[in-house]
Amino acid sequence: MIALHLPALQVVLPLIAAPLCALFRRGLLAWAITLTASWLAFAAAIMLLLQVIDQGVVSYELGGWMAPIGIEYRVDLINAFVLLIISGVGAVIIPYAQKSIAARFGDAEQAWFYTMYLLALTGLLGVTITGDAFNIFVFLEISSLASYVMIAMGRDRRCLTAAYQYLIMGTVGATFIVIGIGLLWAMTGTLNLYDLAQRIPEIENTRPVLAALAFLTVGISLKLALFPLHLWLPNAYAYAPSVTSAFLSGTATKVAIYLFLRFFYTVFGGGAFFESTPLPEILLILSLVAMFAASTVAVFQSNVKRMLAYSSVAQIGFITLGISYATETGLTGAMTHMFNHAIMKAGLFLLIGGVLFRLGSVKIEDMAGIGRKMPITMAGFVVLGLSLMGTPGTVGFISKWYLGLAAVEQGQWWLVALIVIASLVTMIYIGRVVEVAYFREPTAKVAQLKEAPAALLVPAFVLVGAAIYFGLDTSLSVGLAQNAALLLLNAVY
Amino acid sequence: MMRDTIILRVVVKLLLPVILLFALYVQFHGDYGPGGGFQAGVAAAAAIILYGMVFGVMAARKVVPQRVVHTLIPLGVLIFAGTGVAGLLLGANYLDYSPFGSHAEAGQHLGILIVEIGVFVTVSSTMLAIFYAFGGRAEDALAGDPLAGDGDGE
Repeated sequence: MIALHLPALQVVLPLIAAPLCALFRRGLLAWAITLTASWLAFAAAIMLLLQVIDQGVVSYELGGWMAPIGIEYRVDLINAFVLLIISGVGAVIIPYAQKSIAARFGDAEQAWFYTMYLLALTGLLGVTITGDAFNIFVFLEISSLASYVMIAMGRDRRCLTAAYQYLIMGTVGATFIVIGIGLLWAMTGTLNLYDLAQRIPEIENTRPVLAALAFLTVGISLKLALFPLHLWLPNAYAYAPSVTSAFLSGTATKVAIYLFLRFFYTVFGGGAFFESTPLPEILLILSLVAMFAASTVAVFQSNVKRMLAYSSVAQIGFITLGISYATETGLTGAMTHMFNHAIMKAGLFLLIGGVLFRLGSVKIEDMAGIGRKMPITMAGFVVLGLSLMGTPGTVGFISKWYLGLAAVEQGQWWLVALIVIASLVTMIYIGRVVEVAYFREPTAKVAQLKEAPAALLVPAFVLVGAAIYFGLDTSLSVGLAQNAALLLLNAVY
Repeated sequence: MMRDTIILRVVVKLLLPVILLFALYVQFHGDYGPGGGFQAGVAAAAAIILYGMVFGVMAARKVVPQRVVHTLIPLGVLIFAGTGVAGLLLGANYLDYSPFGSHAEAGQHLGILIVEIGVFVTVSSTMLAIFYAFGGRAEDALAGDPLAGDGDGE
């Protein structure tokens, strides 16, 4: 019975856990509920993935209403892969959250935080799993509203303006998306993505459909923080609680990228359609600007969390670069980097959260000599930093390899050079932290620090381990990404 | 506040039961005509908010305490989501209410009724929570207890 209802359970488990946390309003109990729900959701995602590999597309009719009329949950390899990323990150972070959140909030606030966490998880999983365009919008709003609250719970008061900025930009994005969906509905009379994919090719070049595409592009690009629509991201990640930053950097932008792929490739007719639009060139240029501009800005940040946030914008540039090729290798690289970047960035934010937990600051000058006092934390930071640069043996290398390969396939060697140079800029900003942490004398404040508690280290090191494991054994990440890329290119749904 | 306006106080007291009754009418007539849990929830909350505006937020908080409001918000969501799970346990798809009754129509009818009650509970209590959070600020400041706005008494 469970196997039959997995698509519903995937979303319903965190959805039911969220009001339970709010109902009891006890910090530890809420954490236990969240832990159970997020790991069960992870298990559901794994089982769904196996089911999809085994028997192809899984369809679930909510409320028993037939597909184009009722809401359908439709899982293929593409969203099963994204579900795995989201629920995986969501599950790994929760053991970390208890210590980090309990240190700062009272009982009731902790429970509200977990409620928001679960609602954000519900929304992100829902956006990914649903096969209904309007349902996508509703889930997107659930996750966004919950993330605004999670950002506003930061330690620094600037988190309030950051959350407000994100609220405004996010709402503009969501409005654009709903306008796009509305236009598509007006033209086709259906909201079901599968049905839309059948009906759109005939009317592909009518003005309302193209306008819908434009609205969707801008709306989704805002959500995925594509340069120059990324302005909400740096502050939101920098001033949010560490748990929030790690969770959102690993999941929220990835879901937006999934939406981008879903609409452009699956709904509008695969690689052929994508190449017929001006988007490959636009996306290529914006991605390159993101890779360089955001990385350069990251070099000059004094707040390490803000630095990592700018680095996220740059890494999203790498992902969209892969999408802009519209080839199998390019999309494989993009999908692999979604997976890999989720691991790396969530891990980095968790480790820096450990520094914040002990030191109370993540200013780079305050971290002088911290490598001697918190050796394990900083060792993890170095490993993930190396991965972010693209050192062989880590996940970062794998994604950049495929992105470079895709450029070579198209005969664009200059792109390979640019990818390498962008990675060198990554080296500069990671190197700055490493230099300060290891080669400077510890300040008086750092000298009396202890290593971060095990509860914070273990989840972060699970991600560090994953960054190395999936750098050596790519059968899961690249294998799935490759199959998903083929489905996307040929608009198989 | 308007504690001294006798006409207002009497009229509001007369209106309150009517508003609440109308909310219930909208709630249960939602199956057949315009209405439903959302509209009914707003109407019911409006009754309490009107009471709070005339007699003071403190008085409204005595009628429906903050603690109760904070419990009702998640409870409504649970009623809604739980109804779906009940369908799942009875062997149908999530949110399929058909197995609740002797035949599909009866089941759907019962299911939607329960779901709408869930909507009513959450919408009305959320309206109240927003009103308490903003409307209560002045009185909380007067009482010298800036935290009364978000305290659960815990």
